Amino acid sequence: MSNNQNDQKDPKILVFSTEKISDPAIDLAGLLKLHYPATAYTINVPCSSGIKPRWIMHAFEKGFDGVFIAADGTDCPYSIECTTKTGELVSKVHGMMKEKNITPARLKMAAICSVCAEPFVKHMKTFHSELSAMASN
Amino acid sequence: MKQKIGVYICQCGSNISDYVDVDKVLDSVKDLEGVSLVKITMFSCSDSTQNEMVDDIKNEDLDGLVVASCSPKLHLPTFRNVAIRGGLNPYNYVQVNIREQGSWAHSDNPKKATEKAIQLVKAGIERTKYSNALEKTVIPSEKAVAVIGAGIAGMKAAIELADMGLSVYLIEKDFFVGGRITQWEDLCTVEELASDTVTRLYDEVKSKDNLTLFLGATAENMSGSVGNFKLTINIRPRYIKSDFNKDKIEELTGKCKTLTPNEFDFGLTKRKIVFKTYPGALPDIPVVDIKNAGDDINIINEFKDHLDLDRKDESITVDIGSVILATGSDPYTPKVGELGYKEIDNVVTFQEFKRIIELSPNGKLKYNGKDIKSVGYIYCVGSCQAEGNMYCSRFCCTCAISTSLSINKRFEKIRFYHVYKHIRTYGKQEVLYDQAGRQGDIFFKFDEDEEPVVSMVDGEGTITFNDLLTDGEEISVSPDLIVLVTGMVPRDDYKRVAEVFKAPIGRDKFFNEAHPKLRPVETVIDGIMIAGASQGPKSISESTKSALSAASKADALLHKGEIELEPTLAMIDTSLCEGSGLCIQACPFNAITMIDAGGKKLAQVEKSACKGCGWCLAVCPHDAIELAGYTNNEMEGMIESLITV
Repeated sequence: MSNNQNDQKDPKILVFSTEKISDPAIDLAGLLKLHYPATAYTINVPCSSGIKPRWIMHAFEKGFDGVFIAADGTDCPYSIECTTKTGELVSKVHGMMKEKNITPARLKMAAICSVCAEPFVKHMKTFHSELSAMASN
Repeated sequence: MKQKIGVYICQCGSNISDYVDVDKVLDSVKDLEGVSLVKITMFSCSDSTQNEMVDDIKNEDLDGLVVASCSPKLHLPTFRNVAIRGGLNPYNYVQVNIREQGSWAHSDNPKKATEKAIQLVKAGIERTKYSNALEKTVIPSEKAVAVIGAGIAGMKAAIELADMGLSVYLIEKDFFVGGRITQWEDLCTVEELASDTVTRLYDEVKSKDNLTLFLGATAENMSGSVGNFKLTINIRPRYIKSDFNKDKIEELTGKCKTLTPNEFDFGLTKRKIVFKTYPGALPDIPVVDIKNAGDDINIINEFKDHLDLDRKDESITVDIGSVILATGSDPYTPKVGELGYKEIDNVVTFQEFKRIIELSPNGKLKYNGKDIKSVGYIYCVGSCQAEGNMYCSRFCCTCAISTSLSINKRFEKIRFYHVYKHIRTYGKQEVLYDQAGRQGDIFFKFDEDEEPVVSMVDGEGTITFNDLLTDGEEISVSPDLIVLVTGMVPRDDYKRVAEVFKAPIGRDKFFNEAHPKLRPVETVIDGIMIAGASQGPKSISESTKSALSAASKADALLHKGEIELEPTLAMIDTSLCEGSGLCIQACPFNAITMIDAGGKKLAQVEKSACKGCGWCLAVCPHDAIELAGYTNNEMEGMIESLITV
């Protein structure tokens, strides 16, 4: 967890979204004024199966409390195998996190379709609460 | 690294500035390393502000551009053009979304919205610093298109493309053209016969010198990339000589005795092994079904001089620049026992019902030898399901109601019971719904959580349901024929087709467009378009519209004879590559190959095949691959900027 006391009360989440699928959903959440924690920051990538493990580890090393992969799921425009591949990526990073004594639960993944604004908001609120609870334990 | 970046913070009228303190954002970023100019704008997308940006790029000699405004989905092309007009490379421009993911998402907390906007703009600046000037690649392209499927959509697209001057290969799996609509005779909402429509299109297809029709043909393999695909087609033999003697083939057909279930009639009838799917099927050349010949093989051999029995499957390869997938749909087939299907004799699907109508003698609607005086429709079978096919198939309500009207013009008075979940006769088709009511059809509505039950009651197939229109009263009807109004599902070979063309499949298992509104007939695979019901349930009218749209997109792509490719490509650092080959396994597009470089194995990216998905980056154990526009410097620079206060 980051050192700043305020940050501990308000965990920072890095969201990897995908340009064609999950990022439109996150935009839609804003359009609908569906509020979620403002400490969730989004970086978009072409596909959730193309996120480098080192980027995720870099986020933890620099102080992000959680990383959320808003995955393409079965809507992936590149391949039907995307869910499996992103899942394999998450498993691999979980292993790297354990080696660095970082709680694996701080990395989450969920498929977010292009209109899944409400599920995204729910995920953000839940993950934010979970990270807060981890910080206080 | 960029050192003279111009940053523009948009108020978007007040959409952003009502919740984000834009002055505070400006103060927070104006002194950052690399930032040369920061301005607040009322509307960054306005002509006057765009011109101001162009002047700033030129006058201040800016080497990077950041606009913090709305979603890149709206204005990324706008500001990339601004960069170009100012003389900047468009990939040295970064758009930061402080509206949808800032002011609007956090309008409940302006302080937090402002803090987030500051971090997002800092990250955008950092990304711009490390951005590289990228160039689109221009390659020569083939002025030829393959259209897969010679149904209504495929034929319409092929004719249009041929009229535009492109070479067209129209590839149909069956031996006859027309697709699914040939199984329907009367079309709604026009007073027109399906066979007439197919004939008209077929005649047009045959009249085009630059259009080649392959029948009994399947696309087997495709390599290359947009503009320059090589498509291998397998063509099965028809076993009839091209200069066949019609009388002799009719004599052969007459002598054949073996019967096999007729797929065209859903097995309701049997056909001979020398056959046409229906009398008017086109082309007017029968097919010999050698595999099911049985004892008829001896008769066939007697006529071998008129047949082409030695012909084998033929494989040819064509050079094309683009593909239109118009493979259509299949009707939903209920499971055995689903609403009595295949368990109760008088339960059929709507598609089977349409064949029953065509197979009935004039004046009498008959099924299994019995007169049909009443029909009970159950709607939304295989569509609008709570689990499974959640989509509406769109055509079924209109077609079912239209059939109840047309049938009463053709046969003696038949009573229709419509047991529905929803009736969606949208637009002008609402007139048909009104007419059906006036004709005396009876409508019942069931709750979507309480599906009707079909069972045998007193020896009769009976539909039982709670009717919401009579306050939930339980009602039973026992019509002579129970018709399950079944919707559309993807063709049974959709996975094989998707694999050949790398076409994306959606949650509904139909082919998926790149964007439902802005790119409705393109897929994310450059050069692969989709048309008709291969994309999802459509009426004939909607299918032809999408076919024309896909043809226009293919022509727009190819008519210049050269095409531009996006520069978001995987790049191998040969100093780090150890030739693990994991990237080759990961790439869904076969865009990476292994080369021998002086005894060392190295991965190599085929630029024209790479789609920029990045799958190879994630698996490289030596971090030897970067994606242009998403380099480690750009991504990690952004991550650090987002977290550093």
